[in-house]
Amino acid sequence: MKKLPSRVYYIFLFGFLYIPIFVLIANSFNASKSRNVWTGFTFDWYVKLFNDADIMSALANTIIIALIASTVATVLGTAAAIGIFNMKNTARTVIMNATYLPIINPEIVTGVSLMLLFVFLKINLGFLTLILSHITFCLPYVILCVLPKLRQMDIHLYEAAMDLGCNRRQAFRKVVIPEITTGIITGFLMSLTYSIDDFVISYFTSGPTSQTLPITIFSMTRRKVSPKLNALSAIIFVIVLAVLLVMNVREIKASKKNKNRR
Amino acid sequence: MDKIIEIKGISKEFNGEQVLDNISLDIHDKEFVTLLGPSGCGKTTTLRIIGGFVTPDSGDLFFNGKRINDLPPYKRNVNTVFQKYALFPHLNVYENIAFALRLSKTPEKKINMRVNEMLELVDLVGFERRSVNYLSGGQQQRVAIARALINQPKVLLLDEPLGALDLKLRKEMQTELKKIQQHMEITFIYVTHDQEEALTMSDTVVVMNRGTIQQVGTPQDIYNEPVNAFVADFIGESNILGGIMHRDRLVEFAGNIFECVDRGFAPMEPVDVVIRPEDIVLTEPTADTINGVVESVTFKGVHYEIIVQASDTWIVHSTKAREPGDIVGITLSPSDIHIMKKSSAFSQGSFITDETEVRNIE
Repeated sequence: MKKLPSRVYYIFLFGFLYIPIFVLIANSFNASKSRNVWTGFTFDWYVKLFNDADIMSALANTIIIALIASTVATVLGTAAAIGIFNMKNTARTVIMNATYLPIINPEIVTGVSLMLLFVFLKINLGFLTLILSHITFCLPYVILCVLPKLRQMDIHLYEAAMDLGCNRRQAFRKVVIPEITTGIITGFLMSLTYSIDDFVISYFTSGPTSQTLPITIFSMTRRKVSPKLNALSAIIFVIVLAVLLVMNVREIKASKKNKNRR
Repeated sequence: MDKIIEIKGISKEFNGEQVLDNISLDIHDKEFVTLLGPSGCGKTTTLRIIGGFVTPDSGDLFFNGKRINDLPPYKRNVNTVFQKYALFPHLNVYENIAFALRLSKTPEKKINMRVNEMLELVDLVGFERRSVNYLSGGQQQRVAIARALINQPKVLLLDEPLGALDLKLRKEMQTELKKIQQHMEITFIYVTHDQEEALTMSDTVVVMNRGTIQQVGTPQDIYNEPVNAFVADFIGESNILGGIMHRDRLVEFAGNIFECVDRGFAPMEPVDVVIRPEDIVLTEPTADTINGVVESVTFKGVHYEIIVQASDTWIVHSTKAREPGDIVGITLSPSDIHIMKKSSAFSQGSFITDETEVRNIE
């Protein structure tokens, strides 16, 4: 059978990807502190997790920073994308390369240079610097999500809106924004993900009072990996899985709806 | 008829290229005007200037006697049907048509009434809730027309609106557009490169080439009395030959001297001689005819297109078939010989244009 090798390949592939996660989730319910022995089912680690002030404040920090940074980055990025879209060719190429650069640039370089900048400007490392740096690295993703939507848009839509009585601002709000909304939302979600995820840049730009979740986890693993972290990871995995499932279901529904319309 | 739009000496340059060169044109109320010309002749730019999307470099634009050069599109009593329709994809048919009324905060009851009127006018009753993304080209076209007409503009601008439709649908829409124009009693300014479309629909045809207006007239004028070789060639098929005007009513071309009906040229002035293929009669060769060999014969339905090779190559339309290789005589009557001043704007034979329109995007 020709399909056999490919099946085996799939089993190995998904095995490598998911077995560690399932082991971790299983261990989060393990009463024993050791990963190698199963001494009984328990929710203790979850209870302890929610009672851990350090982790909880880091989680709150992470969420607040992610929300603020993504919102600001989305607004700035959308405006930037519209500006870039209307530029002349050479200017556009220059700005686009400047946009790609932070993405290609190793994070550690961005992190160190942001830290040096803040020190130079005598801004105390902390909440503010974290937000500023998160906005900085989220911005290109928003631009890259919104620009293709602008390119797909029929350029005459804006003119049509003006033709029908919109002034520039109305035309923008009533026609351009609805056209690029999916790009804006994608950009926001990507910013959110990257912001929550980020370790390297946050590591250099956070102060002692404002730790984000990845940094807290990292510093905890340096001592001894507490099973609390298993519980935390399990929760994060389940949330991400749930979001993905909801999005997929919505997509399937939307495409079915479109087919019916036709 | 009152003048509704006056274009006075308007010029426009894009990136160093002269798109419009000092054009002047009067458009009257309730008139169906077509701007006709090959790609890049400036017809679309002219339309966009009237719509307010392009500002002229020099010259003035008047609407009902008022200068509107600097008036933005949303303050002009003019609406546009865009080439690719530019319907709002996030709105359904009803909301697309209602767009202008919603902006002006019209009461819901009146919106409903007006939209239904429009749907009836363009024959789209029952399509209200459809998404515009899943309409056929013809239906999208109708939505675009309804959307542009709902504000009851004095002038409707149409930019090659039928370009994307197939031939049969295009013919249907031609008659329908004409009907709508007469029903609404407003001015239509219509841009096309299709000469047949222009002749069928218009009250006035404006032939443009290279940023200048070549001729303005009724379809009959334009076809029967083209002012120069460009117009003659662009409108229908023509034989265009170089000639010399000996004196009034006497012209030399193709090695012979012919009587004609034109006068007012300088003695021995070089001219263009234009002869419509359907005006030529093929006879037995004699000393008085232009004699040549039939090169090819193509059946065109109504007539045969016969290519005759004499000292020049001639296109002849005839209902009588010939065989390639036949020796024939080309007979012309004086009234079918049209004499035109040599036009310096183009060189002979190099102005046949492609059918595809490339737009100027600033």
